[in-house]
Amino acid sequence: MNPFEYARPESEAEAVALLAGEGTTVLASGMDLMPLLQKSVVATSRVVDISRVDSMRGIDPVNGGVTIGVLSTLEDIAYSPLLTEYPSLKDVTEGIRAIQVQQNGTLGGDLCHLPNCWYFRSGYGLLGRDNGKSLPEIGDNRYHAIFGNSGPAKFVSASRFAPALIAWGAQVRITGPEPNAEKWLPLEQFYHTPKTDRQGVTVLEPGQLLTHVWLPPAELQVSATYEVLEMKGLDWPLASAAATLDLDDAGRVRKATIVLGHVAPTPWLSLSAADVLVGQPVTPQLAHAAGEAAVAEATPLSENAYKVRLAQTSVKRALLKATNQLEGGL
Amino acid sequence: MVDLKVEWKPRDENTVFNKPTERLDGIEKASGFAKYSTDFTGDGSLHARLLTSPHAHAKIKSIDVEPAKSVHGVRGVYVFPQRAPEGDTLYEINWEGEVIVAVAAETPAQAAQGVKAINIEYEVLEHFVDEADLEAAERMDRSIPGRRVSVDGDEDQLENLLKTDAPVHHQGRYGIHTITHCCLEPHGSTCSWNGDDKLDVELSTQNVSGTGGQFAGAPEIGIDAANVTVHCDYIGGGFGSKFAADEWGIACAILAKQTGKRVQLHLDRGTELKIAGTRPSAFADVTIAAYEDGTIAAWDSHHWGTNGIKGGTVSQVPYVFQPGHSRVRTTGLVTNTGPTRAWRAPNHPQACALTCTAIDDLAAKLEMDPLDLFMKNVGLATGSQSQNPVEVYTGEMEVAERLMDWKAKWKGRGQWDDNGWKRGLGMALHTWGGRAGGGSCTIKVHPDGTIETFAGTQDLGTGTRTCIAQVVAETFGVPLATVRVNIGSSKYPQSGASGGSTTIGGVSGPHRRAALDALGKIFDKVAAKYNVDATQLAAKDGMIVNGDAEVCSWQQAASLVGPMGLEVMGEGPKDDGLTADGAGGVQMVDLSVDPETGRVKINKYVAVQDIGTIVNHQLAKSQVLGAMIQCISYGLSEERIMDNASGRFINANLRDYKLPRLGDIGELVVEFYEPDSQYNKGVVGLGEPPVISGGAAISNAVANAIGVRVPTIPLTPKRILDALANA
Repeated sequence: MNPFEYARPESEAEAVALLAGEGTTVLASGMDLMPLLQKSVVATSRVVDISRVDSMRGIDPVNGGVTIGVLSTLEDIAYSPLLTEYPSLKDVTEGIRAIQVQQNGTLGGDLCHLPNCWYFRSGYGLLGRDNGKSLPEIGDNRYHAIFGNSGPAKFVSASRFAPALIAWGAQVRITGPEPNAEKWLPLEQFYHTPKTDRQGVTVLEPGQLLTHVWLPPAELQVSATYEVLEMKGLDWPLASAAATLDLDDAGRVRKATIVLGHVAPTPWLSLSAADVLVGQPVTPQLAHAAGEAAVAEATPLSENAYKVRLAQTSVKRALLKATNQLEGGL
Repeated sequence: MVDLKVEWKPRDENTVFNKPTERLDGIEKASGFAKYSTDFTGDGSLHARLLTSPHAHAKIKSIDVEPAKSVHGVRGVYVFPQRAPEGDTLYEINWEGEVIVAVAAETPAQAAQGVKAINIEYEVLEHFVDEADLEAAERMDRSIPGRRVSVDGDEDQLENLLKTDAPVHHQGRYGIHTITHCCLEPHGSTCSWNGDDKLDVELSTQNVSGTGGQFAGAPEIGIDAANVTVHCDYIGGGFGSKFAADEWGIACAILAKQTGKRVQLHLDRGTELKIAGTRPSAFADVTIAAYEDGTIAAWDSHHWGTNGIKGGTVSQVPYVFQPGHSRVRTTGLVTNTGPTRAWRAPNHPQACALTCTAIDDLAAKLEMDPLDLFMKNVGLATGSQSQNPVEVYTGEMEVAERLMDWKAKWKGRGQWDDNGWKRGLGMALHTWGGRAGGGSCTIKVHPDGTIETFAGTQDLGTGTRTCIAQVVAETFGVPLATVRVNIGSSKYPQSGASGGSTTIGGVSGPHRRAALDALGKIFDKVAAKYNVDATQLAAKDGMIVNGDAEVCSWQQAASLVGPMGLEVMGEGPKDDGLTADGAGGVQMVDLSVDPETGRVKINKYVAVQDIGTIVNHQLAKSQVLGAMIQCISYGLSEERIMDNASGRFINANLRDYKLPRLGDIGELVVEFYEPDSQYNKGVVGLGEPPVISGGAAISNAVANAIGVRVPTIPLTPKRILDALANA
């Protein structure tokens, strides 16, 4: 680990001032940052510990929806009475089976989590390049992207909450770089596929900080997240899908938002899966068709064709789960 | 002088021996009071970090360590032998993670800074790390064909059986990937010097008695072996990888001398996985010829795999079953991968995974229940079970069938739909030696009746302390608490390394012999004092008895040894029946596969094991349970992934090197096969045998569930979905 300056602001304005300039890093609970610093995968001149910025905590009703401070822990989200109408979020917290992570990990840490790509974590940068070669392209890409991988980025987005939040139409608040500056944008626009190693996985610029997530009113919509986990315990999904459905009185889909996770460098919105659903009641056959539609345009790499099947299954099962039709041990 | 017969008591006379007893040091381990080699630090201790090669294959053109010496807090720098260029001779690195320089500093962060400051210039060479791709290895001149060829029986007859004479033929390709030892306590030591010539090493080792000389004899240390003390009270996993001082251990001792400080050097997680030992991979093309009733007539196989740069591979097949005609040839692959070390039951899990899977596929081809086919061929069973393997395997298969309810459950391949899952059964057999290791011990009986034992052994998971205490307490007829067991120091009487399932026999034999020797001496004194016949005395329930008559208490008897106490030595192994060798077992697995995700769920996993005289059923069961969990691990998820592009062990971390979580284990059932013939056989080691056949049994159960063979272990979702897609 390289030496770095440590700062612990107590307000958002202080935090963004400290985050100005290149080479600064935000520390929330540090569950992922500490190992990255220890291995020098992330080099930083200043670590800004935001754990004392109390304005970034709390889960509150706002404008008919719910605002979640990004310092909320995964456990806060799991047990908040305000979020019971957003079951796709609880599906995610239940999938993170380690109590330590649930108690310490934060929503912001998840949304900004750097890729788990083993090339990135071995020091080859986000794009995994070595002497001009793309290691994920020619090497072992079993865990890499099956969508959005035509450019140099082959990793998959690590966030587990983003698919569910995007499926709910969540907006995020960004502050900085000027003190008290703020803007809101849809969460799907928060993510960015880098084209060079100097670009990040989000649109955050130096001096900017993600502070809050706002969920629109649930309004009787149903939702679910389905993650395919290789291990029945602490593990990262091989693929996931989140679905939020607006159903009419006859159970037909008025509107559907389907978002896949861990299959592309960003959370992956599937309009084609949604198209299959609209106007129809969700049946196992329709869920299967939506899954097929979701992966029709997949572009697997040399070693990850199996992830196409996993993505397809995730969509199908998220839809069945959202409509209480997921049965048996599956 | 009375000479007590050396034997175990009749089974029904035991009170603590051959009984389930809790681990005496369990509380220390579970509560954190137990001190491991990393715990021996203190004010002024230094922390060492290693610079290792990021390249799989390279030459070192230059090393400049001077910048490291200028880093604040750095106190010592050690360049490993031959790494620095000498004239035109450049050191050739052959795997990623190979150690180059060690840096000791006041804090771990400073040591890491020191490592980072070192400048090394490499000449990067072409690497080859694909251990499964025989054709690529041949193309790249990385194979050693015909490394071993063995033919059993007449080769012409073999050819005839394979071609025409036997009516049924099965051909298949099978494989099992490399795993590492993955010790949760990484390899390493804490070294300190007492003056210029006395070295104390807190070493994480499964070889307390055998490593001191390795430190003393290292050219850069060069002290008398008598001046080295190796100490290891507790070890957090070894699995066959911690027999040696290791070059990083020597480096730690040298840095301690260089700096005049206590130095701690343990491998970080990535390095631990990369260089501290692997179980080699094995792949094979197999042809079996059989008769229509399922009798195996002939076996022909070609094997390949790698143990790293040496290019060795596994060849002990066919495993357990030895048809009269077999031919095995091997091709070694020379790869730029970390070196192998003995992994729990070296070569057996691989040999079993290549043999019992092929036999299971033969059963499917014959549309037979594999249990029937294994039973049909039990007459071909060999192995090192010293007592009638045919009878024992048959008995064990019957017990396992009952526990699994196999016959009621079993269905043909792909026939068992279970609420959306595909369900299946699989089984496999294993064999192992497990004879007692060499060693000695001292037992001291104090005049107050307390007893101390001393042996330079270690507890690798056997429950060594508890088992020694049971043997000694049973012999003297006293409670376990009366016995104080001392192990873990090279200053105690030498005892063998814990490897190959040799420990339990290696300690129980000498301690029983010594205790009987001491008891005989005490009986003589009791006989003289109380005017009884020494040959009629017995020690039980804290008393010395003569038939039904109590002669004196144990304390009164012990007081007769005089103020200095009584000290006796025990040795082993001896051919007196206390220990034996030869163990086998049967494992059966009931699992479900999610055909849409490739995930596997273990429903029930049965292990039936013969193991001779069991010292402690509870600890023996623990050994088997641990082994079964390791089988689930290497059967379903655990593997070293070598990346062809970078040449690196790309999943060398505990996120991507996937060990099972609690939810992955399922119901585990352990049953010891222990008719009187087993109790009377003698003590046999248990560390290896139960870890052998689980991988094959899991693979067979998945094949039974989904209807196709997933050729390579571990059976990850990717491999299962790929196999289904290719079916």
